[in-house]
Amino acid sequence: MQPALAISQLNKTYEGNFQALKGISLEVQPGDFFALLGPNGAGKSTTIGIICSLVLKTSGTVSIFGCDIDTDFSQAKQHVGVVPQEFNFNQFEKPVDILINQAGYFGIPREIAAERAEKYLRQLGLWDKSHVPSRTLSGGMKRRLMIARALIHEPKLLVLDEPTAGVDIELRRSMWEFLREINAQGTTIILTTHYLEEAESLCRNVAIIDHGEIIQNTSIRALLQQLNKELFVLDIREQLSECPSIEGYPITLVDDHTLEVEVEKSQSINELFDALSSAGIHVLSMRNKTNRLEELFFDLVEKNLSGDKND
Amino acid sequence: MTNREKWIAFETIVRREIHRFLRIWPQTLLPPVITIVLYFVIFGTLIGSRIGEMSGLPYIQFVAPGLIMMSVITNSYSNVVSSFFGSKFQRNIEELLVSPTPNWIILLGFVVGGMCRGLGVGLIVTVLSLYFADFSIHSLPVTVGIVLMTSLMFSLAGLINAVFARNFDDISIIPTFVLTPLTYLGGVFYSIELLGDFWSKVSMINPVLYMVNAFRYGIAGISDIPVYWAFGMVGMFSVVLFFVALNLLEKGSRLRS
Repeated sequence: MQPALAISQLNKTYEGNFQALKGISLEVQPGDFFALLGPNGAGKSTTIGIICSLVLKTSGTVSIFGCDIDTDFSQAKQHVGVVPQEFNFNQFEKPVDILINQAGYFGIPREIAAERAEKYLRQLGLWDKSHVPSRTLSGGMKRRLMIARALIHEPKLLVLDEPTAGVDIELRRSMWEFLREINAQGTTIILTTHYLEEAESLCRNVAIIDHGEIIQNTSIRALLQQLNKELFVLDIREQLSECPSIEGYPITLVDDHTLEVEVEKSQSINELFDALSSAGIHVLSMRNKTNRLEELFFDLVEKNLSGDKND
Repeated sequence: MTNREKWIAFETIVRREIHRFLRIWPQTLLPPVITIVLYFVIFGTLIGSRIGEMSGLPYIQFVAPGLIMMSVITNSYSNVVSSFFGSKFQRNIEELLVSPTPNWIILLGFVVGGMCRGLGVGLIVTVLSLYFADFSIHSLPVTVGIVLMTSLMFSLAGLINAVFARNFDDISIIPTFVLTPLTYLGGVFYSIELLGDFWSKVSMINPVLYMVNAFRYGIAGISDIPVYWAFGMVGMFSVVLFFVALNLLEKGSRLRS
């Protein structure tokens, strides 16, 4: 089976000799929900820009479902839908017109385009706004409009560049649900996001890009297995005046009712609870301090940065 | 893309362009009509009646074809330059760039959209001019041919200007400092016979002179220059501008990073 996306030795050097991508190679399989993560300026948007031909590559190859973006650009473009980071629709046009026109650019007849526009605007909760100027939509609505626009030609690969940036939690969750649904229906999805919780919750596979290089490309599960320790926040019933000491478990007193405990993968939480009980401390609730993927992400990017400095 | 899909893409761009200038008609259709009516009243009726004849025609009949052509030129140009640059500025040009629509279809779509506005305004102005001046068509093929080619040429030029433009100033520089002087000095208001030998020759390098004279020939049957020169020159410029514009789109100049 052809990969949904195959990138090989992709380089991009911008004017001023800034090398945004340094020969990255990547494959995304059909049906995958794939996260492309990286700090600001790492090369995520450049990669996406090249995939959807808004950025001209310096060298390398990109193919979408076996169609090379240079030699078979028409077919390659038919396969991909893109939701960019910034709003890029005509703010004076109505959502329904934006969608019908976009379908037209893909050669879809107007009557079919109108049916699809209604379908996607309804699915994304925008149908009642379909005939108002799009500049009057809220930020969240504008993001959903861009998702609907990317889907209007029913691409096999959907690329979303930070689709939930600036979107409130409720709306973010409903967008996640929608993306899960279309992924379940067979659409391959590539997502960049700064919300690592989003990537952990939605995606099966991940690539982390930093300074134009891919520093990790694996499954989310395998990546999380690399995490050796977790930081737990414990809410304590008793009022504590000083930090308790338990051998093997570094503890920090956050306030008189809260502790932070570092637990390694090889250690048992039961042992921790037993030791706390023996010390007369009762735990009311417990939670992870940070998102697990977020911790790993910082670890990897930090390592890459120190590696660069050593070079 | 199949030919049918290309046609749908082309039709979509043209339809969107027409919809755009109709939606903002107080900015696109009304001002040129008011301007031209003022020209007719001032230069045609008030001053024109004291000027007498020009090249054997009552002055108002002499200026009418030039004023019609002037509105076709400015509206064809300004529609494409403002629409294409607006799409770049709002970044909705990316809707087209991510689609499989070939560049030549994008180019034709914008150009035909510009021609629709240029010719539409030209038609409105022609109807209005009948209120001020009596004239008949001397040669329909020449009239229609030259107006179509002129509109095509200036729509293409507008697109090239828009591709290069980085800000709104850049899209007003060419119309203000190039297009307007060329039009005013292009024989709209006078015959080059009135100029001395030297300035007559200088005027011959102005392409607008050929267009205005060919159009005047089509309507009134008089021209300062041979009409076939006009067709040759406009045709040649159109072909050159077409390939320049297409090349800019193919290279993604100032459109793709």
